[in-house]
Amino acid sequence: MLMASPATSPVKTPLAAKATAARRRQILAWGLGIAALAVFPFMVYPLFAMKVLCFALFACSFNLLFGFAGLLSFGHAAYFGIASYVTAESAKYWGLTPELSILAGTGVAIVLGAAFGWLAIRRQGIYFSMITLALAQMVFFFCLQAEFTGGEDGIQSVPRGDLFGLIPLGSHMAMYYFVMGVFLIGFLIIYRTINSPFGQVLRAVRDNDIKATSLGIKTRHVKLAAFVISAGVAGLGGATKALVFQLASLTDVSWQASGEAVLMTVLGGAGTLTGPVMGALIVTGMQQYLAQFGSWVTIIQGAIFVVCVLAFRRGIVGELDRLAKLPAFWRRRRAERRFTPAPRASTDF
Amino acid sequence: MHNILDTLYNLPIDAFMGQLMLGLINGAFYAMLSLGLALIFGMLNIVNFVHGAQYMLGAMMAWILLQTLGINYWASLLLAPLIVGAFGLLLERFVLRRVYALDPAYGLLLTFGIALLLEGSFRQKLGSSGQPYAIPAELRGGWDLGFMYMPTYRAWVLVASITICFAVWYVFERTRLGSYLRAATEKPQLVRAFGIDVSKMINLTYGLGVALAAVAGVLAAPIYQVSPLMGSNIIIVVFAVVVIGGLGSMSGAIVSGFLVGFVEGLTKVFYPAASSTVVFVLMACVLLVKPAGLFGRRA
Repeated sequence: MLMASPATSPVKTPLAAKATAARRRQILAWGLGIAALAVFPFMVYPLFAMKVLCFALFACSFNLLFGFAGLLSFGHAAYFGIASYVTAESAKYWGLTPELSILAGTGVAIVLGAAFGWLAIRRQGIYFSMITLALAQMVFFFCLQAEFTGGEDGIQSVPRGDLFGLIPLGSHMAMYYFVMGVFLIGFLIIYRTINSPFGQVLRAVRDNDIKATSLGIKTRHVKLAAFVISAGVAGLGGATKALVFQLASLTDVSWQASGEAVLMTVLGGAGTLTGPVMGALIVTGMQQYLAQFGSWVTIIQGAIFVVCVLAFRRGIVGELDRLAKLPAFWRRRRAERRFTPAPRASTDF
Repeated sequence: MHNILDTLYNLPIDAFMGQLMLGLINGAFYAMLSLGLALIFGMLNIVNFVHGAQYMLGAMMAWILLQTLGINYWASLLLAPLIVGAFGLLLERFVLRRVYALDPAYGLLLTFGIALLLEGSFRQKLGSSGQPYAIPAELRGGWDLGFMYMPTYRAWVLVASITICFAVWYVFERTRLGSYLRAATEKPQLVRAFGIDVSKMINLTYGLGVALAAVAGVLAAPIYQVSPLMGSNIIIVVFAVVVIGGLGSMSGAIVSGFLVGFVEGLTKVFYPAASSTVVFVLMACVLLVKPAGLFGRRA
């Protein structure tokens, strides 16, 4: 085990004990999470499980920008979709193995993300959202008209191939565990990005751009780096989805797909680590079960947006977090009350 | 280059002018919609994503009024904007008002959700295929101008939209009411202290912006088919128009609307495959050269 036993660390400060406890909780959470992923395809249809994981990566990538950098990108489908096209093309026509075709797709998404990110971060706030949306729409029309994308038909019957040229991924179960591995890599990238000095800087830029600049942080570099990482992870999700469904289609580059990434994140909890995954599970599940009822999916998605913005901005995981912290909050409040008199009613107006 | 010149020499002049005309018609709609968007953004600091859906609502309302009550085009041109505008007033009063204090991103998300709600509801009811709406009898036919054939209805749309855009611009930039409105966006507290009801002004501005979208919708009904999807197809282009023009300026919104339509028309003549992407390429170029937009002040 990674944890030091009490016998090997004779001096133990309260702070160190606290850190050890936090670390233990973290390892436990990761263990539980991975175990849950491992049994996931036994509880639901494996194809559905894989779809959830691909969209979870997509939503996590959006969340990195929106939740942690405060950049509302409304065109993330561009990276998701272009990666799925490139992966499908390279797996079907160039005969690349699955891991290489996914790398190719992700690579193109990263390059596209760098170009678009460089353009979009020239403007801030709401303009940023409109620019990303417009650029993504450009990619959509490109995919509609370019030769290699197959127009309305997309690229169909993409072979899943053999992993490293050795392990056939034809069966859904084999494919699932491969997708799970890809998901963990992507999720770890996001996790490491958030929990690093870079992640701290990112939050500083989000909360106070001007102050961060005055501290010597090159905010545009930071934003661009976050944008590129985000586009890469979105691409990873799209590339994997192309192999899972053996199809690359216009659906994945449309603005509706961008909207779905936003929906998943907002519903699950923007700025939380696991919120987008939760959101992806719920939204994908909803689509699966309501698909037969025509436009109800769109109506419900709209309603979720409205409710989330008006009454539920923390999202599911954010609310759960808050509830979990409530007892400690009240304890602290009570302790503070005991020592300091209650403040007088504020008089400024 | 050779190819383009070749096309140019072999192009019949009336086809060329026809495409340009189509481009300008599209531009008229871009101009009206981006003007409304700029108006609303200026007052409410909200990017009204539901603008496309409100444009669709205008066209839809004209179609429904005709189908159920037999109300003709001219009455619809007045009634539909009133109905949709009233809906806008309620929307602002009871829903949008709640997010002014938040990050503008939430306004975008909220209006995006409302747009999905509206579009989904109409699709559920009517399906996503388009419904034809006949050109009113007075505006059928056209004139032969020698170098091109000019359908009367298109000419009407062009004249109407230029008039409407100019009227809105005049009210906001040249009248006392307009100066109150502009003052209210800059210093709401101060304007309130002069005894002007700022929140009512905001409410009316939103209603006006929405009605403008609905007018555009009614004008568009006989040209394009009336379908629940017509709004979401156009709104993203209008966003690009707004980025090109700069959200800060109303005249910028109008001019860049027509400009984008014109460029689209030109592209349709010379390189049709790029006609739907050219707007976005234009936007990227403007961002490179003038990040604040062609007519925008420094953001």
